[in-house]
Amino acid sequence: MKTLPAVDVVIIGGGWTGLLMAKELGARTSLSVVVLERGGERNPSDYPADMDELDYAVHHRMMQDFSKEPFTIRHSTSDQAYPLRELGSFLPGTGVGGAGEHWSGLCKRFVPNCFEAYSKTIERYGAKKLPDDHSIQDWGLTYDSLEPYYAHAERLLGTSGQVGNLRGKKIEGGNIFEGPRSSDFPTPANKVPYFSSLFRDATKSLGYHPYPNPSATISQVYTNTDGVTRPACTYCGFCTAYGCMIGAKAQPTTILLPVIKKHSNVSIRTRASVRRILHDGPATNRRARGVTYLDESGKEVFQPADLVFLSSFILNNSRLLLLSGIGEPYNPATGKGNLGRNLTHQVIVPAAMLFFDKPLNRFMGTGSVGMSIDDFDADNFDHTDLPFLRGGILRALSDTGLPIRTFGIVPPSVKSKWGAEWKKAAAYYYDRTASINFIGEHMAYKGNYMDLDPVYKDHNGDPLIRMTIDWRDNERQMVEFMTRKAVEIGRAMGAKEITPYAGLGKYEGTRYQSTQIRGGTIMGTSPDVSVVNTSSQHWQVPNLFVLGGSTIPQGDSIGPTLTLMALTLHVADAVVNRYLKSPGKLV
Amino acid sequence: MMRRRQFLNLSVSTVGGVLVYSVDRKGFGILAQDKRLRIPLRFFNENEAVIVAAAASRIFPSDESGPGAKEAGVVVYIDRQLAGPYGRDAHRYTEPPFEDGPVEFGYQGKVSPSEIYREGLKKLKGFEDLSAAEQDDALKQIETTHFFSLLRRHSIEGMFSDPVHGGNIDMVGWQMIGFPGPQMSYFDDVDKHFGEAFRPKPVTLQQITGTKVIPGEDGK
Repeated sequence: MKTLPAVDVVIIGGGWTGLLMAKELGARTSLSVVVLERGGERNPSDYPADMDELDYAVHHRMMQDFSKEPFTIRHSTSDQAYPLRELGSFLPGTGVGGAGEHWSGLCKRFVPNCFEAYSKTIERYGAKKLPDDHSIQDWGLTYDSLEPYYAHAERLLGTSGQVGNLRGKKIEGGNIFEGPRSSDFPTPANKVPYFSSLFRDATKSLGYHPYPNPSATISQVYTNTDGVTRPACTYCGFCTAYGCMIGAKAQPTTILLPVIKKHSNVSIRTRASVRRILHDGPATNRRARGVTYLDESGKEVFQPADLVFLSSFILNNSRLLLLSGIGEPYNPATGKGNLGRNLTHQVIVPAAMLFFDKPLNRFMGTGSVGMSIDDFDADNFDHTDLPFLRGGILRALSDTGLPIRTFGIVPPSVKSKWGAEWKKAAAYYYDRTASINFIGEHMAYKGNYMDLDPVYKDHNGDPLIRMTIDWRDNERQMVEFMTRKAVEIGRAMGAKEITPYAGLGKYEGTRYQSTQIRGGTIMGTSPDVSVVNTSSQHWQVPNLFVLGGSTIPQGDSIGPTLTLMALTLHVADAVVNRYLKSPGKLV
Repeated sequence: MMRRRQFLNLSVSTVGGVLVYSVDRKGFGILAQDKRLRIPLRFFNENEAVIVAAAASRIFPSDESGPGAKEAGVVVYIDRQLAGPYGRDAHRYTEPPFEDGPVEFGYQGKVSPSEIYREGLKKLKGFEDLSAAEQDDALKQIETTHFFSLLRRHSIEGMFSDPVHGGNIDMVGWQMIGFPGPQMSYFDDVDKHFGEAFRPKPVTLQQITGTKVIPGEDGK
């Protein structure tokens, strides 16, 4: 194997977190930094031609190539695992920018309570309220310690929104349940489309607290702290699964790549597929030597480095550590080991499908714009007499108007699925139908985790990652409760017919929920319960840092992108201000 | 693999008089003047194409509620998809072992979409000669098969995907449901027209970008 000239830093994966770290190191140090991205190059100028639902949203042109490397999945350790042969419940990206290119742009901070969900739950309800097989634990970081990084990340993204809690002062019209912010949103809230406005008015009349979704599809022209200027969003509706045609949605290629390119100490190698992190030294204090990867021509090369950042897709972070033999794999039978533990997703369902007698013009909007209520999120409501813990957000999004995936939804009174009656009803209701969407928190359980699949392999012959994941009664009860609330709101919105969500069965690998899977390389305050410390530094390999959603021990209900950027900025501070001055364990 | 060139013959009246439509891989427009359109087929043979066109027309009939699969050219769309990477399963993980799994983990079979059609169509021999009611009965017999679920899904795709993919001719699908295609901006309209239909004139991706768009089925 050819050994390449050594560099100071290698970053595995060029998505949001990897490129943000590259930008920070480029700007703040003179270290030589190489980003290895297994997909191809991307440029914002590619995107006007991508407004094609079939090739992008149905055939997933921007996503990880499942023909070469999918994931396998099973519901419990006693089941057999099967490959997810096609992309389904989550959509990892590929190429420079990763999933950050095709995200919806929803840009909400996590609620303070979720960082300490374990201790806050015990404090309010006692330990008995927690399900027997839960494995939730506090992050070891708090909202307050991350707040300055949240504000920094919002200034980078130009997030649009309406403040609901400014330095402790609650402000009506914003999200009064949000954690205290040190500063207002960089740009005002987006426009509110018709369907979302119906939701806003109805929830207000019912005594809830609607707020406009914070969004990276920005409401007006904005120049960020790096001098990158983006135009205002035009509400074209092509966000989720697409790159933004005009660069109004914050994406790694629009806000990070142009800055990275100014720093000659940072380079990005595309079509570079990392296979292993090499390491040596004693078990409790190992040293990463660098990485091996397949280059563009398919040859495996060794890239030595003094410092390694692992920032690939959430599940692939665990996979690479497992393949590299770094850390003890989690064993659900004994509870030993932490690598692969606390795999969580989100609970996302169309809680109530609403049928109106008026057109909604719902092709206008963005992936994130809309109205939400947090009245039933996290621990914002009393669970004492409820058969579940935690919660989530009910919301009226605006990006539901592209026809291939949404045509054919008919009210319960129509029984056929094809033919004249169905076609007539489906054509009539196409623009008179929208759902109140529920996005809820998925609690971590001892039985939900990842390991290497013993049977199925990728195109290089390496084992696939195997997910063991299913819902529990907590999620099922939560969805039932939220469905009732959604139906109540739907009636107040004037819907003529409503299809309530039928209920949560088993975890479906085929139904798209979100790409916001979490866990596997979780952070914590001790190597006994976590893979990395609260600075994202690997407990056993101090010159290895792990970035991204894999470090989240217990998630919030909402998507983590903004939180991951805040965490990455927090790690960048720890690395630049502390680690580089004295390389070794940060405690 | 060589095969005799196969065509789908469509009368002009069924595809809406004057139309600009790319009928071959080169993607240039033609004016239908000679009352017959001969569309080169990429995957189906003529008989298969006629059956698929007839079946798609029962899923999306042409009636007073609007144009159907026939006007949209759904069969042309399906033909191109099956001849392309999707039909060959280029996007799907196709490593063994293949074992039937729980429904929540999706199709686990070895057989590709193009093979599923080829087999499924054998069971619909003579379909095109049946009456509409008999055709509906024949489809009800296979309603729970994987083949039918693909046929239904692809009919929807052929009705509502960008015309660059061969279906949705003249944007008839989009016009029927009031979807305007890819538009550059709704900035001035997104928070207006509440409760009223706002229906901008539809455009195709090629029209809006002014550049040639290469659809996935024409890629490698």
